[in-house]
Amino acid sequence: MPQSASPIARSSIFSALLSIFVVLSLAAAPAQGQATDSTLALGSKKFTENVILGWMGTHLIRAEGLTATHREELGGSRFLWEALRRGDIDAYPEYTGTLRQELLADVDIAPGALADTLARYGIAMTAPLGFNNTYALGMRADQAAALGIESIADLQDHPDLRFGFTNEFMDRSDGWPSLRRAYDLPQSARGLDHDIAYRGLANGEIDVIDLYSTDAKIEQYDLRVLEDNKDHFPAYEALFLYRRDLATRAPAAVTALKRLAGQIPADTMQRLNARSNIDQTDEATVAADFLNQSLGLNATADADTRVERLRRYTADHLVLVGLSLGLAILFGVPLGVVAAKRRFLGPGVLIVVGVIYTIPALALLAMMVPPLGLGRVPAVTALTLYSLLPIVWTTYTGLKDISGPLRESADALGLSAPAKLWRVELPLAGRSILAGIKIAVIINIGAATLGALIGAGGYGQPILTGIRRANLGLILEGTVPAAVLTILALGLLEGLERGLLPRSMQS
Amino acid sequence: MIQLDGVTKRYGDAYAVQDISLTAASEATTLLIGPSGSGKSTLLRLVMGLTSPDAGTVTVAGDRLTPATARALRRRMGYVIQEGGLFPHLTGRANAALMARHLDWSRERIDARIEELTRLVQLDPDRLAQYPTELSGGQRQRVSLMRALMLDPDVLLLDEPLGALDPMIRADLQDDLRDIFRRLGKTVVFVTHDIGEAAFFGDQIVLLREGQIEQRGAMATLLDDPASPFVTDFIQAQRAPLEHLRTEGRE
Repeated sequence: MPQSASPIARSSIFSALLSIFVVLSLAAAPAQGQATDSTLALGSKKFTENVILGWMGTHLIRAEGLTATHREELGGSRFLWEALRRGDIDAYPEYTGTLRQELLADVDIAPGALADTLARYGIAMTAPLGFNNTYALGMRADQAAALGIESIADLQDHPDLRFGFTNEFMDRSDGWPSLRRAYDLPQSARGLDHDIAYRGLANGEIDVIDLYSTDAKIEQYDLRVLEDNKDHFPAYEALFLYRRDLATRAPAAVTALKRLAGQIPADTMQRLNARSNIDQTDEATVAADFLNQSLGLNATADADTRVERLRRYTADHLVLVGLSLGLAILFGVPLGVVAAKRRFLGPGVLIVVGVIYTIPALALLAMMVPPLGLGRVPAVTALTLYSLLPIVWTTYTGLKDISGPLRESADALGLSAPAKLWRVELPLAGRSILAGIKIAVIINIGAATLGALIGAGGYGQPILTGIRRANLGLILEGTVPAAVLTILALGLLEGLERGLLPRSMQS
Repeated sequence: MIQLDGVTKRYGDAYAVQDISLTAASEATTLLIGPSGSGKSTLLRLVMGLTSPDAGTVTVAGDRLTPATARALRRRMGYVIQEGGLFPHLTGRANAALMARHLDWSRERIDARIEELTRLVQLDPDRLAQYPTELSGGQRQRVSLMRALMLDPDVLLLDEPLGALDPMIRADLQDDLRDIFRRLGKTVVFVTHDIGEAAFFGDQIVLLREGQIEQRGAMATLLDDPASPFVTDFIQAQRAPLEHLRTEGRE
């Protein structure tokens, strides 16, 4: 066998290429993930109404001749709030209730003082957009009419009505227990899944359910939203939050967002939600149609074809997986060596890596947002941490499993410790390390779908949209390519194993 | 030449080697023999610097062995263990050439040395392209010997190199090894528990018992003038079965 093709020479070329790749793509990553200075960025949460509102803001700002991007379907209110404060995004649609009950729950905000409080965080708000998306009770419109029920208080006279509420509503502090006290209702309720509740309502097994007041299904099922005449539910009035410095950086953008104030009554929002959730119309189109009609805009939504989308998701996903895996190998193998060689530091490394892995991937992503913002950088960081475990542990076991006589033979030759590691121990642990990398690939490709929650794109994007719109086709648009990618990646690694490992080390 | 002076090695409370002084002369083969646990392998590992003595000194070719000098001294010692200790990820050639490559020998120099050694150990050159798992036990030990001799060391240490081989191959390799030792004229220390092998190779035989030297000298001395009943018992134990059989057969 010629010496130039020895596994050592090949593996050093491979690792050199790998590190070049990692450095290059990391350098390119922030440029991809963050908007450039003149481009404005809007965000939206991962439910349909918020995505539509996000698109409305984006269309309006674009109509002023400004460039704006829309990072749709981000993981939660907290992500968007942090991203807005960091300046990763410039504006996003929010609800007064979310601000008071959740984001600023620790702050005592006097009625009417919300804007002043926000100003302390460098954030401003527009006037409410016109609808209040709060919890509400609903029943079939025909039944409500027959019984003469218009408000929650009217339920008191009909103790036979059957209530079915979501489990969340059963538990919430402003949910069923306190509602029942506030209105002194005689009925009892049972907890149900939301979709089952709707079906139960439709076929007459249940009479009253909880819903959001702009729920798309209100129209579909022809429901009546019962009036909350005691103002029991907190107000969740929709409005836009934007960074205060936007007024000086791009005053036209602020003017554009303010145009929506008072323009969207609840029934309009219901209709728009239904168009997207039930008719499966793309949110950007729904938003554009509404603006063109009611504000005389000339906005168009450039809808991607399936192939274009797939290409974009694949590119994003590959960047996430490739980078984080590269980094995980780059850090994981040395950490595994430390774990195997250092008597006190070693067990510490194994424990820390293990503990990191017990953090749910979603929580790990959430932890990355405050320090690192949105996009690829936090997603790659979280995925890298997540992929460390299999690589560190298999490197550790691979090195520990080398037999005493072999270890001693290497010492007896007079090899220095680094030379022994490089020429003998790592090659002998090679199969074990490669097995760890394969596990990391599988974990990583799956976990990377969560990257969409913090705006890193990838196959998670259609999955999020699909879950939101209950659209199996869209969900498959993300899961099938992810599965294919896993198979391809494993095939590639299998080939790599054949190329890198000498035949004596192969199974 | 190897010199041990008052060398002691303890594992916990047990003495593996206790106050041993011993000289292994140049151009001679010293046989360390004794039952399991008598300290013969420990003695070899002490000479390699793979473990350090609790007391006493080891001197190899005039240089005192310390943790600081161990690595440099090991390059002047070749080491062969049972089953060879060959690295399974490297071919026979790469195993033999590993240290030379690490020391940046030129390609030509490596090739020349490999060729020389292949002839010395009488290995079919084609076998060098094989990995250890693809070689027979005897071939593995020949490659292992090549690896030990690659840097032309002053000293050759062998720890039961033939222990795992079947008798026919063993006899074959014994002949070749003795021939090689004589031709090379190095300081050879050979560990075995086989009295026949010891007699076959040994210029000097050192019989160990519980970490101490029971007797040293030529085989004839051990046979004719045993220092203790243990020496006789040890020799008899290995000869007895065969002779016993022979006596039975005559009856």
